Amino acid sequence: MDADSLLLSLELASGSGQGLSPDRRASLLTSLTLVKRDYRFLGDPSHEYEHTELQTVNDGDKVFEEEVVVQIKEETRLVSIIDQIDKEVAVVPRGVLFKTPFGPVHVNRTFEGLSLSEAKKLSSYFHFREPVELKNKTLLEKADLDPSLDFLDSLEHDIPKGSWSVQMERGNALVVLRSLLWPGLTFYHAPRTKNCGYVYMGTGEKNIDLPFML
Amino acid sequence: MENSTSLKQDKGNQQTGEEGRPWEEMTVASSQDPEPTSSKTSESESALESGPQSRSSPPWSRPSRGSTPPDEGTGPGASPRPPLPQEPSSTPPPPALARQVLEAPWQSDRTASVIPEAETPHSDHLEQPPDKGESSPYQTCQSKRNGFQQPQQTNGRLYGPKDVSCNHAEQKKLRFDLLQETDSNSQDDPGDAEPGAWKAAPSLTETAIQSAKAYLLQSSSKSGLNLYDHLSNMLSKILDERPKNAVDIIENISQDVKMAHFSKKLDTLQNENEMLPTYDIAEKQKALFLQGNLERADQELEDEIAENSLPNVMESAFYFDQAGVGLGTDETYRICLALKQLTDTHPIQRCRFWGKIFGLEMNYIVAEVEFREGEDEEEMEEEDVIEQRDNGDSEGEGDEDELPRSSYKAPQAIPKEECRTGANKYVYFVCNEPGRPWVKLPPVTPAQIVIARKIKKFFTGHLDHPIVSYPLFPGNESNYLRAQIARISAGTHVSPLGFYQFGEEEGKEEEEVEGRREYFEENPDFEGIQVIDMVESLSNWVHHVQRILPQGRCNWFNPVQKIEEEEEEDDEEKEEENEEPDYIEEVGPPLLTPISEDLDIQNIPPWTTRLSSNVIPQYAIAVLRSNLWPGAYAFCNGKKFENLYIGWGHKYSPDSYTPPVPPPVCQEYPSGPEITEMDDPSVEEEQAFRAAQEAAVLLDEEDEDTEQDEDEEEDYD
Repeated sequence: MDADSLLLSLELASGSGQGLSPDRRASLLTSLTLVKRDYRFLGDPSHEYEHTELQTVNDGDKVFEEEVVVQIKEETRLVSIIDQIDKEVAVVPRGVLFKTPFGPVHVNRTFEGLSLSEAKKLSSYFHFREPVELKNKTLLEKADLDPSLDFLDSLEHDIPKGSWSVQMERGNALVVLRSLLWPGLTFYHAPRTKNCGYVYMGTGEKNIDLPFML
Repeated sequence: MENSTSLKQDKGNQQTGEEGRPWEEMTVASSQDPEPTSSKTSESESALESGPQSRSSPPWSRPSRGSTPPDEGTGPGASPRPPLPQEPSSTPPPPALARQVLEAPWQSDRTASVIPEAETPHSDHLEQPPDKGESSPYQTCQSKRNGFQQPQQTNGRLYGPKDVSCNHAEQKKLRFDLLQETDSNSQDDPGDAEPGAWKAAPSLTETAIQSAKAYLLQSSSKSGLNLYDHLSNMLSKILDERPKNAVDIIENISQDVKMAHFSKKLDTLQNENEMLPTYDIAEKQKALFLQGNLERADQELEDEIAENSLPNVMESAFYFDQAGVGLGTDETYRICLALKQLTDTHPIQRCRFWGKIFGLEMNYIVAEVEFREGEDEEEMEEEDVIEQRDNGDSEGEGDEDELPRSSYKAPQAIPKEECRTGANKYVYFVCNEPGRPWVKLPPVTPAQIVIARKIKKFFTGHLDHPIVSYPLFPGNESNYLRAQIARISAGTHVSPLGFYQFGEEEGKEEEEVEGRREYFEENPDFEGIQVIDMVESLSNWVHHVQRILPQGRCNWFNPVQKIEEEEEEDDEEKEEENEEPDYIEEVGPPLLTPISEDLDIQNIPPWTTRLSSNVIPQYAIAVLRSNLWPGAYAFCNGKKFENLYIGWGHKYSPDSYTPPVPPPVCQEYPSGPEITEMDDPSVEEEQAFRAAQEAAVLLDEEDEDTEQDEDEEEDYD
């Protein structure tokens, strides 16, 4: 997210309870770097974690397990978590991107926003990552798709089913998708306008208990 | 031509639906006939697109002049037209000249009916302009054309009939040439050879042009549009809006123009349907804003009470915003109004915005409320009635039939705490959205808390949703919500040290557990603590809500004594009761213990403090965040403090949730040696046994024999 959309994103995602204080907002805007995150990352990117794991070491004929201490910097952890979050729950509405037959994907400048009825359906939102499920679709399903717009995975086939919460806020003027797999990921979209985006504010932990909670 | 064909192919690939097929036919046809004189409209189409940019020609503008005014006049504002009429002023001489030049031959064209068939649609279009004021659009189109290049330039390029780059543009240019020719013939004769050559061909090309145009003007049987109009609309829209890289989004523009045609008619219907839900909620929220008539006569009293009970939500929200926590100004204000509505309709002593709990379909806004004295007695009476009714029913059933009664005595349910004490100290109201009615949550029972500790479920947003879980939660979502609220309050409601103090004990200093210090009040002498101190040391914060014991209550309830009281009548069963294990009294930390005493969550401290601003520390506030209940925050600016919860309503645990194991299978009967299964004796054992038995019998017989012998011997003697 760049400085232009930061304020709007924060304002529209504010219904999720966590935002940035004016202090932080200002610092983020000016520096555009990610602020130190929550405790569980200790807040110090250069901290080195020590992770002890058992590794099987082949020593000639002998195979034995040895405790190897692997050092990981918090920076690395942070980067990997961000990447994981992006891969799993980054969302774009249908129609924002379109694919040309030559391959490149472009931002659709004529995107006018989803209509109200479309905005409430999970099928109008896609994962913003390389599609993995498209090839598994049956021919019948593929026939209904528009190859220029439907080239990404839709959210409605996410496992477990129900791992997204769709809500209309501000009296139908804003649709908010909250991920239950990564609590803290909020996607917002104002229907019939071009505003959309997602923000992650959380502890960087996946909710593995999700199947029990649904 | 290469560019246009590739463009065509792209379009063929990307278009879907009805427009795909006829267009594809045209592509096929066009690729086969590359000659400029062939009347293939596909090329004309592509030519039109590339036309305006590279080879704008005045002749093109003429048909557009014929067709665009009606469309532009009726077009739903797809292309903004206001700034355009100013363009003519920039290039006055060429347009004026060209216009005159072209208008004259145009008129002559009209009158000279070269091809009667093509003429009629042609003239139709020409007739429309006078009605709609064609001069200005024509003028603007014209100026646009001339704004691009000089007409002479196009002339120079177009004289070659072999110019195969775009066919239709060529045809139009040809027409222009023709007209220019007629003009030039009347005026000058600079180059005799070429005009002469041209004169020979006009009728053929004109025929071709006219038939091409006629084809374009054909209405589609499905939609009633025709290609000619559509193309001209599209191009005029593009020229009006001048988007960047128009060639890349040309299909979308085409779709938009088509949609603009139809949406008009269905507009009213669709809009009505879609706006209803928005209107609904807006109506409800409008009610919040209307203060309306105060129903009570005593307005002064009302105001006083309102001042006391309505919390200053906006102020707290401001402080929380400093900490980076909150719901946004809009929503917070609506919540403030909704709380006001709550206090107006219920007799509330004190009210507080507790927080927001997210649900799958809807969220909950929670308000913590303390009723005025005596207002909640109705609730208790109702519950007593219900209990009596239940007892009556069960007795009735027992009398009808003598069913075997099980001797199983369920462990006695621990009674819930009275209102205004312990976990039920406050009453909670929830609503899904500000503007919707507030619903009161039922009081929480210890059993609900105990089981709520064992399950982890998302809230859906509907209070009557059942909770399907193991172990079975006694209640539906409203009970689960209430239990979680109780747990969160007990775990995370903190205040600065000294803000609350223990009140004068009201003579309840007995050993009774219920007399434990739970009565506290605000300390009027509280002077505030430095914000820095609050951040640095956790001992400056204390819990002011009683901790919930493992039993599920705040005050220990000893089930044994109750049982003894009940069982005074039944002497038989007293013995059984003695087998119950002794209950160890559960004790929790006393009220107002500092949070520095809280246990860590494995290696993570349970609380995190922060100064809201590092750059302006003199006005910063201390912010406390709970790591045990993610989403629970507290702030203090020295004198004022507030607690808030915004989250999903679940506790944090570093281990993932594991559902509890089912209890072990019950014993059906006591097992003793007499019914314990034993192995059947093996053959050797049996033989040994038999041998032993026989030996014993023999011994007896011998004894008898010996006795007999002895007797006999005695006889013999």
